[in-house]
Amino acid sequence: MGRPSVVVLDTGSGNIHSVLRAMDRAGAEATLSADYSTAIAADGLVVPGVGAYATCMAGLRKVQGDRALGVRLAGSRPVLAVCVGMQVMFDVGEEHGVRTPGCGQWPGNVERLQSPVVPHMGWNTVDAPASSRMFANLVGERFYFVHSYAARSWQLTTTPPFPAPLVSWTQYGQERFVSAVENGPLWATQFHPEKSGDAGAQLLRNWVAGLC
Amino acid sequence: MSLAVRVIPCLDVADGRVVKGVNFTGLRDAGDPVQLARGYDAAGADELTFLDITASAQSRETTYEVVCRTAEQVFIPLTVGGGVREVRDVDALLRAGADKVSVGTGAVTRPDLVSEVTERFGSQVLVVSVDARRNPAAASGFEVTSHGGRRSTGRDAVAWVAEVCGRGAGEVLLNSMDADGTGTGFDLPMIAAVRAVCPVPLVASGGAGLPDHFTAAVAAGADAVLAAGVFHDGHLELREVKQALQRAGHCVRVPPAVRVR
Repeated sequence: MGRPSVVVLDTGSGNIHSVLRAMDRAGAEATLSADYSTAIAADGLVVPGVGAYATCMAGLRKVQGDRALGVRLAGSRPVLAVCVGMQVMFDVGEEHGVRTPGCGQWPGNVERLQSPVVPHMGWNTVDAPASSRMFANLVGERFYFVHSYAARSWQLTTTPPFPAPLVSWTQYGQERFVSAVENGPLWATQFHPEKSGDAGAQLLRNWVAGLC
Repeated sequence: MSLAVRVIPCLDVADGRVVKGVNFTGLRDAGDPVQLARGYDAAGADELTFLDITASAQSRETTYEVVCRTAEQVFIPLTVGGGVREVRDVDALLRAGADKVSVGTGAVTRPDLVSEVTERFGSQVLVVSVDARRNPAAASGFEVTSHGGRRSTGRDAVAWVAEVCGRGAGEVLLNSMDADGTGTGFDLPMIAAVRAVCPVPLVASGGAGLPDHFTAAVAAGADAVLAAGVFHDGHLELREVKQALQRAGHCVRVPPAVRVR
């Protein structure tokens, strides 16, 4: 069995090279691309993102990433969205009073964290459902977060035959936010697995293992 | 469970080698940066910081290469600083593989640099490094120095931190020039004074010699602690520092049992 192909979508922002190297380390054949057909054809697609919600969304639209995402999910083809890449999967991002429409895969808003010290920066734990495949072999591990915005509620409910989304939560000070989601072919993390050392590498392996 | 206190080894790099001086003088060679970075990663470092302390044009090229090789082998966040004056310097370091870039003198000389960088790349990439020392003439009792502590800037350190945070800095690295290299402990009143005006993560640096020094810095308000020589010399191990923090009731990241290669 060969290495599954992974395309890291080049939306013009983010430390994309570390995502590429981490994917390679996790056993995938990773390439960087902004090409629509390439993004659709890959075994797995990674939507990275750092910086502002609006910038990330604009970068995604520019390369037709939102369309590629829709096509892939309609065909049950795996997608992994990271950090702001995860945030743009929600309906709306609110930054400095500006509401930016996201990809709308999930209902809900992404809002500024209320803790006294923001960004939430560093290694934190994740409260994952026992049946999580993403966190298989990763009980109690910490992951690296750096973000000022998050989704504080999860609103999507499903009924059979659709499987229930698996939602993981993280506590920062007095608030709790969505730190990871497994929703059919769409997986997402608010933290950076590519910067989370060996725990992050194991998580990426768990994703890559489901690609072939 | 909550956010862990970060313990950050800092590698002062000159011409592709790690050095560490006492009070920024009398530089001594302490090793290959990539090798040291790998060692600290394996030992449980939560982040790494490289400071290019010569920052000449020639040394800068060497630094890009060191950053690039490190980022290929180390999968924890990497901050790089030293001689960053323009947005294009930040861009080049991010492209080389840095996750965050720190600016010190560059921001003091031209505060607009802070706004320019955060508007282009976001707050999360920018660490503003503040080399401060005690000066009774400053309003808070602490003043900002520049050029590696060699020059006084006349700026009040606490007011400066408030200003850079207002301009969008994502993190503040506070280095005590009085305590740096002494091993007698962090400047705790300075950490507390800065914490009071700093709404972003605060990294304390300068003066670490014993595990309990780190604990005291966190109690004074630091979100993360940084040290250089004390780790390179082998006087202290990351594990001891984390154990001390844990004993004091702080969360730390224990190096994972899972090893993926």
